[in-house]
Amino acid sequence: MTRKQPGPEQLRRRKDRLNSLIYLSPSLIGVMVFFLVPFMVVIYYSVIDNPVNKDFVLIDNFIKVIKNSAFKQAAANTAKFSLVAVPGAVVLALLLAMLLENKIPGKSRFRTFFLSPMMVPVASVVLIWQVIFHYNGALNGLLSVFGVDPIDWMKTDYSQIMIVILFWWKNLGYNMILFMAALANIPKTLVEAASVDGASSFSRFWHIKIRYLSPTILFVTILSLINSFKVFREVYLLTGDYPYETLYMLQHFMNNKFSSFDYQMLSAAAIIMAVVIVAIIGALFYAENRFGKDVEQ
Amino acid sequence: MRKKRTDNKLLRSRRRRVIKIALLTLWAAAFAFLFLMPTVLTITNSFMSASEITANYGVIFETTKSGGKAYISERVNLKFIPDKVTFKQYITVLLKSPEYLLKFWNSVILVVPIVIFQVLIALSAAYSFSRFRGKGKEVIFFAYIVLMLMPYQVTLVPNYLVAEKLGLLGSRWAVILPGVFSPFSVFILTKCMRRIPEDMIEAARLDGASEWHIFTRICLPMCRGAIYSVVILVFIDYWNMVEQALIMLPDTDMQPLSIFLSKINAGEIGLAFAVATIYMVPTILLFLHGEEHLVEGITYSGGLKG
Repeated sequence: MTRKQPGPEQLRRRKDRLNSLIYLSPSLIGVMVFFLVPFMVVIYYSVIDNPVNKDFVLIDNFIKVIKNSAFKQAAANTAKFSLVAVPGAVVLALLLAMLLENKIPGKSRFRTFFLSPMMVPVASVVLIWQVIFHYNGALNGLLSVFGVDPIDWMKTDYSQIMIVILFWWKNLGYNMILFMAALANIPKTLVEAASVDGASSFSRFWHIKIRYLSPTILFVTILSLINSFKVFREVYLLTGDYPYETLYMLQHFMNNKFSSFDYQMLSAAAIIMAVVIVAIIGALFYAENRFGKDVEQ
Repeated sequence: MRKKRTDNKLLRSRRRRVIKIALLTLWAAAFAFLFLMPTVLTITNSFMSASEITANYGVIFETTKSGGKAYISERVNLKFIPDKVTFKQYITVLLKSPEYLLKFWNSVILVVPIVIFQVLIALSAAYSFSRFRGKGKEVIFFAYIVLMLMPYQVTLVPNYLVAEKLGLLGSRWAVILPGVFSPFSVFILTKCMRRIPEDMIEAARLDGASEWHIFTRICLPMCRGAIYSVVILVFIDYWNMVEQALIMLPDTDMQPLSIFLSKINAGEIGLAFAVATIYMVPTILLFLHGEEHLVEGITYSGGLKG
């Protein structure tokens, strides 16, 4: 047997590698062309002064973005919104999932109902949101029965509350499904044993269930965070290009920069956002890992 | 005597449980009302006549019609059931005003190719990610996950640059192509395919099955639920599209119905509910038809690890 003759094992591995490449290439080429390679260009654009001069300026563009008042406003609004909307979406979805864990009649109906907003295009319900949240709208009408003065939901600081409600309405169902699956995976014997030992339902939840749920909590948090960036859709469809200032989101900022062809700003802003998101998600993973370790001990 | 006491105790705990279930059901019903209300209202209001809509919601949409003879209630009148059910709005939308149908068609020709090709390409990639594993592969898969987590505010910039370079700006391809290669369905389908037992594939292999055979005869049928749910999820996401279309398609004639709906002018507010309802039909049908698969697919998506 000569050394140059590949053995059957080697042949198979070579064939595997070829097949692997064949099946992956359509997707990989597309991702390269439309995302990864241009992202390199984005990085390049973020460190030069303009596409004509191509002078290397390192962090000037980033400083310009961070000092830009519109960006500051948009980032602050988005952060404020996400800080309320995301934890709320996690907690409320978990509560809904636990509600449906009980033996209530028509359980699967309720699941369908809670999930249904996800299927409704944002644009379709925008009309109803307008009817509800308008100054002369249905919600203020209802509140006036209780003697509450009318609130301008679209054009005051209350508008943030309004979009949090819209966000929850749309996203709770999806998160609930994830929690339902996770709750179903908790070993029943463990919970029963604790309840025989006299653990209250709260301590059963806090000491047992939540430990098992922690990977799902992590995932739902990340998912909600990403979805919270999509609330621009609701805001845009409700209020157009120039909303009340607390509704001015990062996407509005980006749209403005797209229409003024400010590639340096756009690139620097995109990179700042990417870095912040990766940092947040990394931190969440780190926290979950530490928390999850408790379970094994 | 003793038995009676335990009976009493049992009875009491049972009664307590019944009350608890009743209260929880009440809670669930209250939530269900909130979750369903906007959708149901949109649908039922689409059967109202234009004058009734003006009367009920005129305060909000400020229909400043010439003459101003129309009756407008001072307060908004949110009504579930129209005074008189009429299909007139639908007839107007479907037969008399082609601009709505045109926008609907715009949505269709953007979304359908994205769904079909994203899923096909993702299936092939998912097969590669699940069948042939190695260090390099894991790195690429990780890059896909990071990309999947990026919001439009980040990904639209590179997409825009490519579209510009390729001269696609303003054409539908600028929206369709990035959509086709979006890594979302690769992620879910890979998770599904990785659950197929290795033995099964190994057995087929020993029987002399080709890669193509294993892919089409084992992996695809076993992931039918996941495929269906990915189709639904991708369809909804793009049916809702706003950001991409705003940036890539400045020509309003090409924009999808989702954007156009928000710009319906006050004079046509009577039609708006009918258009909104028509726009919901495809997603609601998909949902009702495949809810079980959808739930299964959502469950697959849970957990970025493993």
